[in-house]
Amino acid sequence: MSMRKVAVVGAGMTKFVRRAQETGKELSYEASKMALDYCDLSLDQIDCVVHGTAPDSFDGVHMKGEYLADGSGGWRKPYTRCYVGGGTGVFAPIHGWYHVASGLFDLCLVVCEEKMSSCQPHPQGAFLTIFDHTTERPLGPNLLWIFAMEMNRYMHTYGLKKEDIARVSVKNKRNAADHPCSLLGDADITLEDVMNSPVLAWPVQRLDVSPVTDGAVALVLAAEHVARRISDNPVWIEGVGWNLDTSYWTNRDLCYPRYVENAARMAYDMAGITEPRKQIHIAEPYDPFDYKELHHLEGLLLFDRGKAPEATALGITQRDGDLPVCPSGGLLGVGNPIAAAGLMKVAELFWQLRGEAGARQVPGQPKRGVAQAWGDLMQVGTVIVMGV
Amino acid sequence: MSRDVAIVGIGYTSFRPLSAEVSYKEIMYEAAVKAYHDAGVNPRRDVDSFVTVAEDFIEGTSIFDEYVPDQVGGLLKPNVTIPGEAIHGLATAYMQIASGIADVVAVEAHSKASNVLTMPHVTAYAMDPVLNRPLAANPVFIAGMEMTRYLWASGATREQCAEVVAKNKRNALYNPAAAYGENIEAEDVLNAEMIAYPLTQNDISAHTDGAIVAVLAAEDVARRLSERPIWIRGVGWCNDASSLETRAWGRAIYAEEAGKMAYRMAGIRNPMQEIDFAEIDDCYSYKELQHLEALGFCLFGEAGFLTQEGVTDVGGILPVNVSGGNLGCGHLLDASGLRAVASVVMQLRGEAGPRQLPEVETGLAFGWRGVPTTSGAAVVLSNEGGES
Repeated sequence: MSMRKVAVVGAGMTKFVRRAQETGKELSYEASKMALDYCDLSLDQIDCVVHGTAPDSFDGVHMKGEYLADGSGGWRKPYTRCYVGGGTGVFAPIHGWYHVASGLFDLCLVVCEEKMSSCQPHPQGAFLTIFDHTTERPLGPNLLWIFAMEMNRYMHTYGLKKEDIARVSVKNKRNAADHPCSLLGDADITLEDVMNSPVLAWPVQRLDVSPVTDGAVALVLAAEHVARRISDNPVWIEGVGWNLDTSYWTNRDLCYPRYVENAARMAYDMAGITEPRKQIHIAEPYDPFDYKELHHLEGLLLFDRGKAPEATALGITQRDGDLPVCPSGGLLGVGNPIAAAGLMKVAELFWQLRGEAGARQVPGQPKRGVAQAWGDLMQVGTVIVMGV
Repeated sequence: MSRDVAIVGIGYTSFRPLSAEVSYKEIMYEAAVKAYHDAGVNPRRDVDSFVTVAEDFIEGTSIFDEYVPDQVGGLLKPNVTIPGEAIHGLATAYMQIASGIADVVAVEAHSKASNVLTMPHVTAYAMDPVLNRPLAANPVFIAGMEMTRYLWASGATREQCAEVVAKNKRNALYNPAAAYGENIEAEDVLNAEMIAYPLTQNDISAHTDGAIVAVLAAEDVARRLSERPIWIRGVGWCNDASSLETRAWGRAIYAEEAGKMAYRMAGIRNPMQEIDFAEIDDCYSYKELQHLEALGFCLFGEAGFLTQEGVTDVGGILPVNVSGGNLGCGHLLDASGLRAVASVVMQLRGEAGPRQLPEVETGLAFGWRGVPTTSGAAVVLSNEGGES
């Protein structure tokens, strides 16, 4: 069957900051208002609202989706929250996509918000509760440790050096210097800075990691007939994919994210992409840690396994390279308010493909991009392909 | 453009106040195995996507999404968690199929309420942290306030509410899966211990453990899989105001809007004439009356009289909660709506055993997320139809 076409017609984004004065509702409102203003719509024209936000334990609010509903415009409207851990930010527009593609709605507001700073002294405390209550939680594990294990495995499998990976952090933090909403943009950062930053859990060092962040991002999705009426240059959602691997992460080889590959293949099939390396012009893979960008580029089939570090060293993934990767600055540079960070990547594709990315604009009028997020226990991949 | 969707498989566990001998994974597995057997599908081969309904604080695990795929057969496939009412999850599955991205989707919802030792404290975390939580209002107290307002505004009486309890608990005696069947009179309800005026112990549905899985399929697949597909003719959902201060107390606007949306889709103009029976949220006794009115079966203030006259009895014009509802089966938290859907499906298939209603064609299920939310979802199901 032919699917109903769905476009992104508006986007809005708050500043990403370490500690926002605003409540989660206020951040959601700010981003939603900007997205609606972007396409000259008012809230009463919106048919339904979709929300994405990660663990309730950050804010200490149970049923966080219900709490955030009115701040996000979900008042007397169909409203649902979707949740796939860190993958939520790219899943939320997928959730919005089938709201519209199903024919039930014509205009959908997609909002992602995260307020991590409420969690004292540090959100790592909340992450203690993501582990299996019987087999893992008694060990007191920490996200930095388990990602250090995955990074070690990746480096060991392909014989990589730490420098091969740290280059990603340098690239993204430099890119973020051009992003008006960024928290950690730094035009002058060097490889030495990353290599000399404090070791948190070897091989993870402080500058390999994205920061704790507060922020919100919103998009407006429209059915084709509405999109063509209200927008001169809608950006089409061409493919969506999502995939979840086993809870028993200790039982699988961490060197390759097969769930990301599955999600990517699902999205590429839908978009009719047979040669992603030729047909994709921009990539916004999830980069909460620098090695994750490389891991995900391989999962997205954009580079051979173990070859993404070499491509990074050659400058292929620079903003003016053959395949610009995280031209936004990514999570490492712009910041990582979990769900909002994922949606920021989709918003970046929207601005890049419309040629509205300002100082971040990728040269050569890119026509198609892919955004991806990752989450749960190194377990979920969410992928969206957009084009003009 | 969008295609018809049917429920082709249902599986559920018995609903019990305690289930100490099984984990949540085991009850999910039991319901899933039964549903796949009922649908005649192999989840590894035939099911394209999986939807689970869960809230982190109830599960006691952050990012509960992580612990879903293995026991429902969803490993390395699309999975998403909807932190909402189970009918929100059903609507998500519906949209995935209607959009064309999936042909067969499994929806899972469960309650392990017996694991939650301090439920009122968990619910307190759903209140606005600044404005409401410091008041330390018990959820039953909040429901009592709303009931007082509802009784005042609608003219309904405590006796009429007590009739709902007597009816539903008697109905539950004929449901082998129900936990709280009881031969009880309205007077017994009124004389039970007062918990928060005007709610006595018997006006409040007690929590139960249990899991339900439904398998949904696109029209062509549904016809191949099932001789008795139960068609989803309409879905609707809505949120009213999330804060206690700004909502319409007494009237269930979320149910009015959810009903309107589902009826519009199903082409239903007069629910009382066109719907044969209903499974409607009765988390508290008055909620059945309030929801019946909001869902357009009668005018505001009439549902109590209809109940007294026997209209909603098993032999009445509109049997309501023939399964026993939440008061009789036990309250399965957010899984309640899928329990209601399962009850409607069994009736429409003619497989409801001693509870079977004669000659039913169309039924409604409606779920509400409970205090302090104003979030509800409705679905209209029919054993006729399926051509578009």
